[in-house]
Amino acid sequence: MSQLANRDKIISTANKLRWELGDNLYDALMETIYENASEISSKVIIYSDKKPPFNLDRYLDKILTSKYFGIPIMFLMLFIVFWLTISGANYPSSLLSLFLVDKVHPFLREVLLSLNLPEWFVGVFIDGAYLSTAWVVSVMLPPMAIFFPLFTLLEDFGYLPRVAFNLDSIYKKAGAHGKQALTMAMGFGCNAAGVISTRIIDSPRERLLAIITNNFSLCNGRWPTQILIATIFIGTLVPPYLAGIFSAGAVIFVAILGIALSLIVSFFLSKTLLKGEVSTFSLELPPYRPPRIMQTIYTSLINKTIFVLWRAIVFAFPAGIVIWTISNITIQDNSIANHIISMLNPLGLFLGLNGVILLAYIIAIPANELIIPTILMLTVSYLGMNEFSAGSGVLFELESVEDISNILRANGWTLLTGINLMIFSLLHNPCSTTIFTIFKETKSLKWTVISTFLPIIIGLSLTFLITRIWSLFN
Amino acid sequence: MNNNKLNNCADCPIHNIGNLKKLGINMNNFDFVVALAGNPNTGKSTIFNYFTGLKQHTGNWPGKTVTKSEGAFEYSSRKFKLVDLPGTYSLLSTSTDEEIARDFILFGQPDVTIIVADSTRLERNLNLTLQILEITDRAVLCLNLIDEAKRNGILIDDRLLSKELGIPVIPTSARNGQGMNELLNVIFEVATGRYLCKPFKIKSKSKDLNSAIEEIVELLNEEFPNLPNKRWVALRLLEGDQSIINSIKTGDLGNIYKPADLSVKENI
Repeated sequence: MSQLANRDKIISTANKLRWELGDNLYDALMETIYENASEISSKVIIYSDKKPPFNLDRYLDKILTSKYFGIPIMFLMLFIVFWLTISGANYPSSLLSLFLVDKVHPFLREVLLSLNLPEWFVGVFIDGAYLSTAWVVSVMLPPMAIFFPLFTLLEDFGYLPRVAFNLDSIYKKAGAHGKQALTMAMGFGCNAAGVISTRIIDSPRERLLAIITNNFSLCNGRWPTQILIATIFIGTLVPPYLAGIFSAGAVIFVAILGIALSLIVSFFLSKTLLKGEVSTFSLELPPYRPPRIMQTIYTSLINKTIFVLWRAIVFAFPAGIVIWTISNITIQDNSIANHIISMLNPLGLFLGLNGVILLAYIIAIPANELIIPTILMLTVSYLGMNEFSAGSGVLFELESVEDISNILRANGWTLLTGINLMIFSLLHNPCSTTIFTIFKETKSLKWTVISTFLPIIIGLSLTFLITRIWSLFN
Repeated sequence: MNNNKLNNCADCPIHNIGNLKKLGINMNNFDFVVALAGNPNTGKSTIFNYFTGLKQHTGNWPGKTVTKSEGAFEYSSRKFKLVDLPGTYSLLSTSTDEEIARDFILFGQPDVTIIVADSTRLERNLNLTLQILEITDRAVLCLNLIDEAKRNGILIDDRLLSKELGIPVIPTSARNGQGMNELLNVIFEVATGRYLCKPFKIKSKSKDLNSAIEEIVELLNEEFPNLPNKRWVALRLLEGDQSIINSIKTGDLGNIYKPADLSVKENI
C-alpha cells in the first residue's frame, strides 16, 4: 500500500513541479544541451589552416541535385543500370538453363526411374518441384547478380539521399513525406523491406501513404518478368542492335509509371482518406564516399542475391508441385489446370490478358518470382505442345528466348498481351510476405486490405483500358 | 607508412585483434551486452559487421537501419552480445526507429554503450552523446570517420575530449579497420569495470529546474534505490513522458534494473 502511495507521490510531485516550471522546459533543456555541446566541441576541435583546395562534394551536389539536371541524371543512371542488367544477364541465363534444365533434369529423372521409384513420384518432385526451381534460378540469378551490386554501389556512394532531395518537392505536392522517395527506392529491392523502411517517417498519416504506395515500386521479383517480356515483345520490334536499348527503355517506362502512380495514389489518398498537413523534416546529405567495390560486390552477392534467391527457391519448390499436380490430375479427360484456364480465359481476354496469366498470378501469390516459370509450364501443359514437353506440365529444351517466344506466340500471345502483362506485373497485389509485413507494421486489417486490392483494381482497369484503345486501332 | 605506425599495437600480445573472435549470431552465454548508438549514417552497422562478422547491410544514407539487430563476439575470452540500434538525432523524439534506440538504452541496460559519432560533425553528434550520458554511466565515444575529418581539415583533440566527457574516446575509421583494436580494448575495460567512467552531466543554468530535478531524484531514491539514471527519469517526468509515468505506476521501472554481478564477471 505504502509503495503505491510513494509512486503516486512521485507522479504528483512531478506534475506540480512541471506546472511551476512552465511550458518552456523542453526548449530550455534543448538549449542547455546545445550550449554544453558547443562549448565542449569548441575546446577540442582544431581546424587546420590549409583548406582543401577543391570541394568535390559540393561540386557534385551542384550537378546531381541541380534543378534542371537532377531528375534527368537520375533517370539516366536508372537506365544505365537496367541496360547493363538486361544486356548482361541474357547469356549467363541461357547457359544456366542449358545446364540445369537440359542436362541435370533428364539425368535426375533417369537416376530416379532406374531406382524403380513410381512415375508419379518422379513427376511431382523432378518434373514439378525441381524444374520450377531450376527455372527460377536460371531466370533470376543472373539479373540479380548484376543489378544488386550496381544498386549497392550507388547507395554506398551516397546517391540515394540525393534522389530523395530531388523528388522531395514532387512528393510534397502529392501530400506525402519527402522521405517516401527513400522508402520507394528500397522497394525497388524488395517491397517487404521497403515497407519496413517506412519507419523513418514520423507522421503516421504519411507513413501509411508510403506503405500503401510501396508496392508501386517494381521489386526485384518482378524484373525477370519485365525483362523477359520486354525482350520478347518490345525488343523484337526493332533491329537486333537496338533491341537491348529498347527493352531497357520499356522496363524503365514501367518503372516510371510505377513512380507516377505512387504519386497519383498518394495525392488522392491525401485528399480523401488520409487528409492532413505535410510535415517538415531535415534530410542530411552525407558526404560522397568512394564505394568499396570488391566488398560491395561480395556482400551484395552473398547477402542480397543469395537471400532473395533462396526465398524464391523455397516458394518455387511447393509451387512446382502444385503446378505439376493440377496439370496431371484429370477430370473428364482434361486436367484441372486446363479446366481452370478455360474458365478464366474469357475474363482474361476481356481484360487484355488470358486465362493462363490469371491462374499463374493466383498460384504465384507467395512470390512474384514464380510468374514466368508458372506461365510457361501452364502454357505448355494447356497446349499440350509435345515438341517442347515431355508430358503435361513439364518443360523441356527451352534454350533461348526465341523458344519461349515461340511457345507464347503459339498460345495466341500478341504484343498487346505482352504490354498488358508488363502493366499487370507492376500493378497487382503485393506478394504474401509483403502483405504480412504491411499487417505487422500497420496493425490494421483495413489498411492491409486496401494496400492489397488497390493495385489489382488499378492494374485491371488499366489493362482493360489499354485493350479497348488497342482494339480501336486494330 | 602511416599504417605501419598505427598497427604497432596490433603486434603486441595483450592488445591484439587476434583476440577477437567473431561469433556471428551465436549469442549463447554472453557475459556483457554492448549497444551501438549514435546519429544516423555514422557507421554503426559497419562497426557491428566488423566485430560480429555478420553482413548487416550498410549504406551511405541516414535511416538505413530501422530495426535493432543483434550479434556476438568474443574478446579476451569474454563473450559480448552486440546490439546495433537505429540511428537517432536525439532521445526526445517520437518516430518508431528513434523509440527503439531510446528504449533499449533506457530499459535494456547495456553494460557498455558505444556512441558512434561522425567526426566531421562533432558538435551535432555531441548533442546526442550528452543525452546518452544522462541515461547511462558506462559509455565509450567512438570518433568514427576520423580520416574524412582529417581530409576536411578538422583535427580533434581526443584526449581532451575524453577528459571533458569522462569516458574513453577512440578515433576510428571503421571502413578501413583503423582504431578497432583500441575500441575493443576500451569496451573490454569499461565492461569489466577496469575503466570507471565519470560521465559529464548536463549543467543547466536554471536553478528552478535543478532544484526540481533534485526533489524528484530524492523521491525516486526512496522508491527505486537501484535505478541508475534517476536524473534522466526525473527530467522525463518533468516533461510528462507518459511511458515513464506508466512504468512508475506499475513499478516496472524498478524491475528493469538488474544489479550487475561484478563478482562473477571479474572471475576470468
